Amino acid sequence: MFESWTVIGLGLFTGLVFGFLLQKGGVTKYEVIVNQFRLKDFTVLKTMLTAIVVGGVGVYFLAEQELAKLSVKPALLVANVLGGLIFGVGMVLLGLCPGTAVAALGERNWRAMAGLLGMLVGAFLQAETYGLLAGLPRSVDLGPLTWPTLLGVSPWIILAGLTLVSLVLFIGLEVWERHRGTASVHTTPPPPAQRLALTEKVSVGS
Amino acid sequence: MNPFRMKRWSSYVVGTLLGVLTWFTFGVAHKALGVSTNFSQAVRLVEEAVAPDHAKEVAYFADYKIPTAIGWEVAIFVGLILGAAISAWLARDQSGAQLPELWVQRFGPSRWKAYALAFLGGVILIYGARLAGGCTSGHGISGSLQLAVSSWAFFLSLFASGLATAFVLFRKGA
Repeated sequence: MFESWTVIGLGLFTGLVFGFLLQKGGVTKYEVIVNQFRLKDFTVLKTMLTAIVVGGVGVYFLAEQELAKLSVKPALLVANVLGGLIFGVGMVLLGLCPGTAVAALGERNWRAMAGLLGMLVGAFLQAETYGLLAGLPRSVDLGPLTWPTLLGVSPWIILAGLTLVSLVLFIGLEVWERHRGTASVHTTPPPPAQRLALTEKVSVGS
Repeated sequence: MNPFRMKRWSSYVVGTLLGVLTWFTFGVAHKALGVSTNFSQAVRLVEEAVAPDHAKEVAYFADYKIPTAIGWEVAIFVGLILGAAISAWLARDQSGAQLPELWVQRFGPSRWKAYALAFLGGVILIYGARLAGGCTSGHGISGSLQLAVSSWAFFLSLFASGLATAFVLFRKGA
């Protein structure tokens, strides 16, 4: 019925750090999530890719030292792709994902509360309608497949490639964001307060 | 300035620390970071208590090995709320309690409309997550870092679908 107190304690600590980081990272905010998909804010992509690269290098190292065991979810490709497509629609509508919605509760976010109640109902609907899909989700089952096994190369080659691609992407994004930042300075009109000050000066002069 | 009192940290710092957190979950707790299994577990436990005969017929629980032992993910759930609350409190960040500006611009100031659409969003996204066997935590972070094909398939599909959804919802004149 219950896992050991050790597991519960470790889970509590993990959740605490996880929630703290999500809040500090800004991903508990509707705008940050939605603007990622509008390609106006790349916080989500930067955060996740960094976590994947740093996490991947460490976890594969721990696994090689036999200090950790990988737990890879089976490649049920139809379920994974179909599920991802459905998930994306809900994520943009809610502007949060399950983890960030739970964290947003800590900010007294009532939209997140409504979203979480929806998730409870959604999980019920999903379990109940799973049978109607008549095995379609499991029609392609490649087992716990990883890119290194699929491609027959060392995980370190994939990790090195992923690191390189991420670094290039990050540098590109930083340059683009800086450029976009300076460009907008020239195109946006001065704020109202400043305009007011200008007209005042003119009227005093005349 | 004391970093704990800052409202925002760099995405690269947060991402790096999240990566280090996964070393801890895999190396010390011998578990993967995940959130969405919680919801299926709650459904399974309630069904087994209320309608045990029916619960046996729900193939999903067995097919996806939904755990019956309460522990790891429930603890993460509680920790997530506390951790975010501490971070927001230290930074005096109270923006979470209001309706987001972008939301009001697009969907209007009605609180009940906001809650109804958030509820609907929650229904849809968890349906997808549970079908895929994980969400942005279990697949997106834990699975992707293990270079799992399943997780990258999920991650890329959710991104493509999110881009299309945002395009439709926020297109000019919508």
